[in-house]
Order: sequence, then C-alpha cells, then structure tokens
Amino acid sequence: MAIITYREALNQALREEMGRDDRVFLMGEEVGVYNGAYKVSKGLLEEFGEMRVVDTPITELGFAGVGVGAAMVGLRPVIEFMTWNFALLAIDQVVNAAAKMLYMSGGQYPMPMVFRGPNGAALQLSAQHSQDFESWLAHIPGLKVVTPGTPYDAKGLLKAAIRDDNPVIVLEGEMLYNTKGEVPEHDYIVPIGEAELKREGSDCSIITNGKMVLVAMNAADQLAKDGIRVDVVDLRTVRPMDVEAIITSVQKTNRAVVLEEGWEIAGIGAQVVDYIQRECFDHLDAPVIRVHQADVPMPYAKGLEKLAKPDLQKTIAAVRKVMYLD
Amino acid sequence: MPPKKRPDPRALPGDPALRRELFHSMLLQRRFEEKVGEAYALGKIGGFCHLYIGQEAVSTGILSMLRPDDYVITTYRDHGQALARGMSPRAIMAELFGRVDGCSRGKGGSMHLFDRNLNFLGGHGIVGGHVPVAAGVGFAIKYRGGDQVIVCFMGESVVNTGAFHEALNMAALWKLPCLFIIENNKYGMGTAVERAAAIKDLDRRADSYQGMHGEHVDGQDVFAVREATERALEICRKESRPALLEIRTYRFMGHSMSDAVSGTYRTKAELDEQLKRDPVWMLKARMLEAGDCTEADVAEMEREIKTICQDAWDFADASPEPSAEALYEDVLVDTVS
Repeated sequence: MAIITYREALNQALREEMGRDDRVFLMGEEVGVYNGAYKVSKGLLEEFGEMRVVDTPITELGFAGVGVGAAMVGLRPVIEFMTWNFALLAIDQVVNAAAKMLYMSGGQYPMPMVFRGPNGAALQLSAQHSQDFESWLAHIPGLKVVTPGTPYDAKGLLKAAIRDDNPVIVLEGEMLYNTKGEVPEHDYIVPIGEAELKREGSDCSIITNGKMVLVAMNAADQLAKDGIRVDVVDLRTVRPMDVEAIITSVQKTNRAVVLEEGWEIAGIGAQVVDYIQRECFDHLDAPVIRVHQADVPMPYAKGLEKLAKPDLQKTIAAVRKVMYLD
Repeated sequence: MPPKKRPDPRALPGDPALRRELFHSMLLQRRFEEKVGEAYALGKIGGFCHLYIGQEAVSTGILSMLRPDDYVITTYRDHGQALARGMSPRAIMAELFGRVDGCSRGKGGSMHLFDRNLNFLGGHGIVGGHVPVAAGVGFAIKYRGGDQVIVCFMGESVVNTGAFHEALNMAALWKLPCLFIIENNKYGMGTAVERAAAIKDLDRRADSYQGMHGEHVDGQDVFAVREATERALEICRKESRPALLEIRTYRFMGHSMSDAVSGTYRTKAELDEQLKRDPVWMLKARMLEAGDCTEADVAEMEREIKTICQDAWDFADASPEPSAEALYEDVLVDTVS
C-alpha cells in the first residue's frame, strides 16, 4: 500500500470523486490558480477546468451561499474554507441554510454538499487563527461532522462526505497535512458515523478524534512502556457519534479519558462523558477525566501556547490519574 | 407620407385575456391574504406572519414573465409570490395552519413556503441570507449550460447587508443569469429606507458592478413592472448577465401581524395617501376604462376567488396535524449517491 501524506490523500479523494461525478465541483479561496492555500487542490484546476475548480473572491458568506444554491438545484459542491476561523463569516449559510433546508421544506430540498478546511490550532497563529469549532458544528441537527485524524481516514471520509446527500462538515488539521500513512490506491470510503478502535488495550480507554488521535497514539506508546495498555477509540465522526464503540470500550476497560482539541465548556468531550455516565455507570472504576484546551483564547507566546493546548503529557497524566497511579 | 399614428396613451399593453389573468392573480393574492389575516386573528395561524397586501403588482408583474423552468427564491414575505407562481392556495393555507398537507408538510410555516415542482426555492427568514443562494442557483444554471434565470426577491433593507454585495459581486464577476428584485416597500420593519440606506435610488447599487443592468420602476403599475422585467430578463437570459430592479411599492399592512398598521413609524395620513395608489384597484379602473371587463365581471371574479379562498381554509382546517413521528423526519436524508 502506498504511503502518502494526509494532504495527498485529500487530493486523491477530490480527484477521484470529481472524476466519478461531474456534478461535483470545488469552490473557495485560492483553490485553483494558487493550487490551494495548503495545496490540497494541487493540479485539480488543470485537470478539471475553471468551471469545476472555482477561485472565489474573499467572500466566505457569499461563496458558502453559492454552494447552498447550487446544491439546492442538484449540483454537489465542495466548499473549501481556507480555515474554519474564516467560516464564521459564513456560519449563517451553514447553520441557517444548509442544515435547515431539508427540514423546513418538508423534505423537498436535500443539500448534497461538503464544507471543508483546516480546523483548530497550528503553531503560534494566536487567537483568531487557532480555534476548534467541532462542538459548535456538531451541535446542529441537519449536519454531519467528520474529523479525520489519519491519511486513510481523510481520503475515505472525504469521499463518503462528497457522496452523501446531506451537508457534511469535514474538519481537517493544518498540522496533519504533512503526516503520512498507508492509503489504498483503490476506491474505498470510510462510512460516516463509524468510530475505529485504533489501538487495543485493557486498562483504560482514550476516546478522541481528529488531530488528537496522533496525540493519543503517542500516549499509548509511552504508557505501554510502563505496562499500561490503553484502548484508543477514534470517533472519526462527531455527528452522528458512534455511541456503541464508546460503550464497548469503556465497559471493557472500566476507565476513560476523553481527549479533544477544543475548549471544555459544552465540548465534544462533554457529550462523550454523558454517553458514558448513562450507559457505563456501573462499569466505571474511576471518574472520567477530560483533556482539552485551556479555557482561554489561544495565546501567541510559545510557552503560553503549549500550556493552552492539550498534549501528550497532559494525556498521559490523565490516564495515570484515572488509574490511580499518581 | 401620411403622419405616423400616435399610440393611444390610454391603451393598455397585452390583450384583454392576459390583463384579466393579471388582475385575477393580484385579486387572488389580496383576498387570500385577507383570509390569512382573519385566520391569524382566530389563532389558526401562529408565529410570524408577514402580509404582502399592497405589493401584488410586483409578484404578478414579474412572475407572469417567467418560464416554468426558471427559478424563484424569496424572503419570509412569500405568500403573494407563491400564489403568483401558481402554488395551490390549499397547500399554502395548510402550511400556514401547520398541517401535513401544507406545501412544506407543516414544517416551514408562513416564512418557508417551498414547491419543488414549480422551482419555487422557498421563503427564507434571514434578511439577506438567500441572496448568495440565488447566485448559487445562477452558478448551477451556467454550470449546466442552461438558459433559465433565477429571480431573487428581497426587501429594500437587504441592500445594506454584506450578503447582498457579496452575491452581486460574484454574479457580475461570473456573469450569472440572476435577476435581483428589490421590493422597496419603504420600511425595513419600522425603519424608513432613508434612515437605513446611504443612497437614494437603490437600483444604483448595480453601478458598483461592471456590466450589471439597474433600473427602478413604479411597483404599483403591473404593466410597468412587466416591461422592466422583460428588459432585465432579456439581459439575464440572452447575455447571461445579472440585473437589478428596484420596484417601488408600499406595504399597506404592518411589518407582521403583530405590528400596528400605522401610528408608530408612519402616519395614517401617509398610509391614506399611498392607499390611493392601490395596485389592484388601479388595474381594475384601467381595465374598466379600456372595456376589458364590467363591474359585473369583476363581481363574478370576486365570487370565484372567495370560493377558492374558503376552499383553501376548509381544506387546511380538515388536514391533519403532523404526527409525532414527523418530528424526526427530514432532518437528514438516508440516500448516498
């Protein structure tokens, strides 16, 4: 199997789906001539032409709405936000239009479209460019929200998102674009709504998603050196969430750490913990601990930024704590 | 050479049958909405309900010029356009009553009338939000190489939103077949247009975008609306370029059913003055004068329309409320393509 980057995996997904269905088009800032702000769309303009790889003005609200309108009349837009921070200007189209159209039209207008782009913090980009919006978006009925953490999942989930007849949010990671992994060259999808047990252990579950999957895997490696074996449950999709996968793991290990990139209050982890307390109450040997971003806007200074982010050390500390080792 | 015969200034455009059709469309909207007001007062209709009374020449004038395969998108003040596009009065009334036979199966209500069969892409509730959506429909038309047009109705307060400018810029940049209609009824809720827009002639917003046709027109004269629409549609359809029409009209009712008709932000004297230019009765007077119809013909039409409106009410009243299972239906579709 070929080893390629997360960025190349997304590029393959776009290329394959645009080749498969001529209703699919890519629209956003710098997706064409510039080959993508993060080069995800590299080569696509040349291959598919300017009607299907559309450079837009800097006008998030406008082009998100163009996607909504095109989806209403049968095209299958992939709308790229250069980052999800900028998508706040377009949130009316995501929340009030894309997510609501099917319901408020009594089922007449499905919205087969994708909104995608990098989400969350990179390095020292400070407050306005380092935010994780997964819990905001997962809050909205009418949307599906996927958060691929590996190249394999990036390709499979983006392809599934493009084929889905609902609006799907694809949250990528700027820090993931260069990560590598095995990706099949043949056509495959990763079903939306299915978690994956990325690593098997018996002592504690780490339930996580997106960019934090790598952190959890590293933590699992470190903990293994001390003889602690953890389950790493990668949710992959945060709406709809694979509750069964969470329950199965926690009922086996009896302990859980929930690791997420975003802020604590009303975060994805809060929802995971709710499922755990409802379904695994009698199985728990310790309170569940959450690892998340500090409850502050992201600071610029390197040291402060490190303090603010969830990371390997914080995750290891949390696992040791739920195991009553520290 | 004999002198050219001057056209009779009193002559009306079109033939008498067409004019009767236009009058029928406008009168149906008027009487239907009066019935809606009655139902609202009785508690049969809830929520926000924005009446179109006074603006009927706009919907009829524009929509009578469209082809069936063209697209229409509009705001939350959508009953008049839905009727003028040919939606069933029964399905509209049932929607307003929140019943399963409503055009949106009771899920949308007054602000969200949709009809896929008529390419009626809905009433939308966020001021300005649907204008980029219209640009997207225009994009899809061009993507497929079609010659349809999307007509996007909006109130005059939309011209001050960012969404409006973002959409018009892209429509002009990409030469999309979008006809943007500003229905200037003088008030954005209770704020007079002069207190909201730093521009007098709203159609001049078109000047900001290269190649965009802009024009303003008397919205109480259905023929003037039709003529301006014809010119604009020609540009949209034949040249695949956007156009912007400011249609100057007036809302005879409050902003919504919960809003006083006059007394707060506008005077009764102003309203009375505007009522002299009621588009429905102006058209009737012109048709009587032209000999298109008699008072007796109009009375007959009134009777027919009264029956249609009562039938819509009875149908809506008899239609069941959505079942509890409907609550979770149509949040997502199950299909994958």
